[in-house]
Amino acid sequence: MNSDTVGQWLDIGPVTQIKAGSARTLPVAGGEEIAVFLTSRGEYFALVNKCPHKHGPLSEGMVHGDSVTCPLHNWRISLRTGEALGDDRGCTPTIPLKVDGGRLFLLREAVLAPRRQAAVGERALDTAA
Amino acid sequence: MNAIFPFPDTSGSREKLVVIGNGMAGCRAVEEVLARAPGRFDITIIGAEPRVNYNRIMLSPVLAGEKAFDDIIINGPQWYADNAIALISGDPAERIDREARMVVTRSGLALPYDTLLIATGSDPFIIPVPGHDLAGVVTFRDLDDVDRMIAAAEVGAGEGSNAAVVIGGGLLGLEAAHGLALRGMQVTVVHLMPTLMERQLDEAAGWLLRQELERRGHTILTSANTKAILGAAGRVAGIVLEDGTRIRADLVVMAAGIKPATALAKSAGLACERGIVVDDHMQTSDPAILAVGECVQHRGACYGLVAPIWEMCRALADHLTGSGGGGGYEGSVTSTKLKVSGIDVFSAGDFSGGEGCEDIVMRDAAHGIYKRLVIRDNRLIGAVLYGDTADGNWYFDLLRRQEDIAAIRQSLIFGQAYAAGGAGGDPHAAVAALANDAEVCGCNGVSKGAVICAINEGAHSVAAVRSTCKASASCGSCTNIVESLLALTLGAEVEAGPKTLCGCTSFTHDDVRRLIVERELKLIPQVMQELHWNTPEGCASCRPALNYYLLCAWPGEYEDDETSRFVNERLHANIQKDGTYSVVPRMWGGITSPRELRAIADVVEKYNAPMVKVTGGQRLDIFGIRKEDLPAVWADLNAAGMVSGHAYGKALRTVKTCVGSEWCRFGTQDSTGLGVKIEQATWGSYMPHKFKIAVSGCPRNCAEATIKDFGIVCVDSGYELHVGGNGGIKVRVTDLLCKVETEVEAMEHCLAFIQLYREDAHYLERTAPWIERKGLEWLKAQLFTDPDRIGRLAARFRLSQKYWQIDPWAGRAAGAHHDLHQHLAEVRPLALENAR
Repeated sequence: MNSDTVGQWLDIGPVTQIKAGSARTLPVAGGEEIAVFLTSRGEYFALVNKCPHKHGPLSEGMVHGDSVTCPLHNWRISLRTGEALGDDRGCTPTIPLKVDGGRLFLLREAVLAPRRQAAVGERALDTAA
Repeated sequence: MNAIFPFPDTSGSREKLVVIGNGMAGCRAVEEVLARAPGRFDITIIGAEPRVNYNRIMLSPVLAGEKAFDDIIINGPQWYADNAIALISGDPAERIDREARMVVTRSGLALPYDTLLIATGSDPFIIPVPGHDLAGVVTFRDLDDVDRMIAAAEVGAGEGSNAAVVIGGGLLGLEAAHGLALRGMQVTVVHLMPTLMERQLDEAAGWLLRQELERRGHTILTSANTKAILGAAGRVAGIVLEDGTRIRADLVVMAAGIKPATALAKSAGLACERGIVVDDHMQTSDPAILAVGECVQHRGACYGLVAPIWEMCRALADHLTGSGGGGGYEGSVTSTKLKVSGIDVFSAGDFSGGEGCEDIVMRDAAHGIYKRLVIRDNRLIGAVLYGDTADGNWYFDLLRRQEDIAAIRQSLIFGQAYAAGGAGGDPHAAVAALANDAEVCGCNGVSKGAVICAINEGAHSVAAVRSTCKASASCGSCTNIVESLLALTLGAEVEAGPKTLCGCTSFTHDDVRRLIVERELKLIPQVMQELHWNTPEGCASCRPALNYYLLCAWPGEYEDDETSRFVNERLHANIQKDGTYSVVPRMWGGITSPRELRAIADVVEKYNAPMVKVTGGQRLDIFGIRKEDLPAVWADLNAAGMVSGHAYGKALRTVKTCVGSEWCRFGTQDSTGLGVKIEQATWGSYMPHKFKIAVSGCPRNCAEATIKDFGIVCVDSGYELHVGGNGGIKVRVTDLLCKVETEVEAMEHCLAFIQLYREDAHYLERTAPWIERKGLEWLKAQLFTDPDRIGRLAARFRLSQKYWQIDPWAGRAAGAHHDLHQHLAEVRPLALENAR
């Protein structure tokens, strides 16, 4: 593999690997796959690649602003916090990311942490009081 | 060594302050110290550049020829003399001996200090591509760089043959491009990100800026990654991009960013991260050493703008001289203005949005104005202004003071004069105050009185006003005034308008489609700007719709925007609930062959596909393919002559057939043959929604043609053409459109119907609801009133097919969009542990 650790940070390669408005994936053996996003404003984010709803791959969703729409059932997830937006409830774990010298780094502990199943979210009921 | 001033008398016992850096931060810090404690320090400034202290920010006007070097000097020789400052210029500091409290310069000069101030600024970021060290590749940091650029511009001046490439479309890069263009060079800006100045501007403002620069003759390439700089005879000759594009250049300017200059501090063992780490008093990890300016990192942030640096200098001087409040520096909110004459751009604070953030967006397409304010908890946290930056300082002030803007929120976007004016913050009040004969809609010349009249006569919604008196029916920029008039006239009785395309716009699908064509809008950001989108980049509803409307309106011109496609259309396969994909190769008219079946069987085995299934559309669906295997699967299927079945797309899906007269004893016509011909003419075409066709060879209708979008039922005397059927959630049987006698006519009608649907329906509207909405009579009138209409529609469809009838699998199989399919890397914790 190409990645090596720099302190506590895992080098996942040059920033140019990701096109603006899209995401790429990083499988973790024995762990959860991670999705790394680049927004059209040039901000990078990393999240566990699972929607809190039915575990859809967020990496394949449409990116707009700093949120992504899950490709399976259109939940909107904040790339900044991992929280479901709008009336949906649930949260996807985020992974600390930094850009340094034109390369992307993920926080090693967060990448390798044995992860509990991402909490299953609830769709808000239409019968709002 | 190039010491231009003699050393002052150092025999006294004054504290020795040595400053490394003769730039803006170093000298400003000295000024602040002198203002508080004149005569207290024995000051020496070491500068790497062989000149006095000048205003680096003003290098852009120097490059542009608007200012001379003398105009931008901050402190001339007299200042150093008056304040008894020794200046060692052109002799950079090379080493800090913290033990002996001594700085050693390149020439070997050793300068003892009591307090050392590091103000080394930043270095340009040089992209380490091949050729970056060729002659003619320059950065944009100091006066020498500017001189080099001016010299390059003058070499071929007059011949018009001088070309410059600026790598980097940020603030610095664009200012360099502007200056070089004014000096007669042909300038190309190459920017890695999709929009210019993405750190300061959002997509919409970046797009406006790009338009203006292109209008001025710059070539702007975005999402462009420089692969190498090409040379000839040791000099730069051009660059080549990652995608193979070559651009000729006599000069290449690297303006890809800056990084804090920390090398000296690092080698002295001071704590450094991105910058030299300092506390609120600008003290480094060594109490005798301070640092200030672009080289420092304060509370995790590095700054490249002047305002924060001035604040740092004040805090530093307060601390060093023991005067002032002593609260220290607490970090800065920054604002930016682009120094390109005639282009007004302002940005401040955080406009990236996020939790709890709300946007207020105003667009005035006619005047090229875009304003966006970002609000959180009734506080302004970010602002982007393009075209009209008059209120920039006011917004910046609100932002810095974190003032509660709840009371003026509704009129905030209109600026200080309006928010603070007689309207009292109520936008309705300003509209109420307008005279009755005041024109509210400039496009259609409609007065306020005429709008009120229309409302009183029953136009109780924006749409009704638009269709009666035409106010806000064209560019739509007065929609908010019309809404105010409705609210003022009717109170709570305002009717909700027809459904808009999505929450990002006040226009309906029909309006958007019409205006795209009428006003020749050809890019998504252009549509969003001209039609006053109220979000910066749209949403998952409007982006794919706009992408479709544009590709339908401008075949051959519009370039597909992949980021506005749903996953299935981006990966050309159907995503399944476990994140794997299913693959459906096309089987023309439902006919297959041993070769195709073998290829499919081989793929199923080779990639361990857990299931292969016969679909309702008479073809085979291979399930459980991983996205990284898709290109290889497609290569195998392509090799057997199969192309994408578009089972994943808002596109032509299948043409289902029965066997017809070739085999069937009841068959009246060659239904399979016709089905294959139709599929070969229509495959690859994108539609508002999925589109299914069937051809049955007799009225027994084995191909179920009467629940398809377009169905043909063959009869003895010809072909019955049926439209608008649907077998989905709500089954709808087709309407009979007409009967034709020949296969050629059947085909022509089919293409015309498809094109009418493509040009008229709303995105994600199947033919069934479309026909129910428009009516069968309308459809017939469209197709049959004008005898040439069918031919024209079919011709437009064929034109579109010229550009879109391409197998998307073939490109991917050959390696295109590799990044969409491949993982970045793979993390294997065990391997990692072993490697450590």
